[in-house]
Amino acid sequence: MATGLVRRAFSRVQTSPAAKLLCIRSHASEASAQTSPQPTPNLKTFQIYRWSPDNPTKPELKSYQIDLKDCGPMVLDALIKIKNDIDPTLTFRRSCREGICGSCAMNIDGCNGLACLTKIPPASAESTVTPLPHMFVVKDLVVDMTNFYSQYKSIEPWLKRKSPPEEKGKEILQTKKDRAKLDGMYECILCACCSTSCPSYWWNPESYLGPAALLHANRWIMDSRDEYTKERLDAICDEFKLYRCHTILNCARACPKGLNPGKQITNIKQLQLAKGI
Amino acid sequence: MGASTGAKLSGMQKQVLGLYRGFLRAARTKSPEERRQIESIVSAEFRRNSKLVDRKNFIYIEYLLRRGKKQLDQLSSPDTVGLSYLNVSNPQTRNS
Repeated sequence: MATGLVRRAFSRVQTSPAAKLLCIRSHASEASAQTSPQPTPNLKTFQIYRWSPDNPTKPELKSYQIDLKDCGPMVLDALIKIKNDIDPTLTFRRSCREGICGSCAMNIDGCNGLACLTKIPPASAESTVTPLPHMFVVKDLVVDMTNFYSQYKSIEPWLKRKSPPEEKGKEILQTKKDRAKLDGMYECILCACCSTSCPSYWWNPESYLGPAALLHANRWIMDSRDEYTKERLDAICDEFKLYRCHTILNCARACPKGLNPGKQITNIKQLQLAKGI
Repeated sequence: MGASTGAKLSGMQKQVLGLYRGFLRAARTKSPEERRQIESIVSAEFRRNSKLVDRKNFIYIEYLLRRGKKQLDQLSSPDTVGLSYLNVSNPQTRNS
């Protein structure tokens, strides 16, 4: 696209007005050639959960039909298209459209995932999009994340030191081996797909921390620079906070970043055992 | 509102009254003129919703409770000095 623009600008400088006209004409014919053989539309229906506090009736699934031929490949593209073309009142969170912000987490055809990383299922003629399960809905696909974030805050996700760094004003260094321990944890973007897919979290959302918060707890427990490892372990050693995890492993299935929170929780449990002995 | 007749309150009614009480308590920590302002806004909002909202629309009442709880948390912080509101005309509610 960029090269085309450059080329056009270049030709405009060089060519006479007649040539420019010709050039424009060729472009016009090109455009008409694209539209004239009407391709058969590839229609797909999206059933989207709708509820708005401004019009407090019962929540409903509303159907929207779009043509996949002029829509991007991902579910988020379809949602944006619906919002642009059909219903501007449709509300959902989105930001980066490339799976790094975690805003567009939702339940698509019964599976939690990021709308921007989930391809529109081509096989079926209908897809259902609902908010994350067992979360309070603020509007349409937007859910209340207060509890999820306060749980994340409760594990104190920052570096805590007892001794000052060796050199004042310098970073605390880490070996490559120690750094490698954080792989599989630091990638977490807190999209809440894992926590909201966990049946144990559904039943105890207040008392059980959930896979996402526990994964981050383990991230700081395993960090070689952190000096509060024991305190961190003690803080989450609780029948509800940690041990409501029954290794169901829905979290690993749901994670759009391909992480395995269940494995990290098992690691915490093993450390708790080792500490007890 | 059934308290005067001595009728038993449902759990949700207790939650609503508890929230109202929380607002009045939070207002006491503010300055006297702000306190009056907060109390009038809060009481108007509760009375308005008590007439407007269908008493069987539990989803909406629960939503309002959660929203109110969040606002109360904000108001309870010592950094918050007062409460003010904005009248936004909503075309959907204006018609009804």
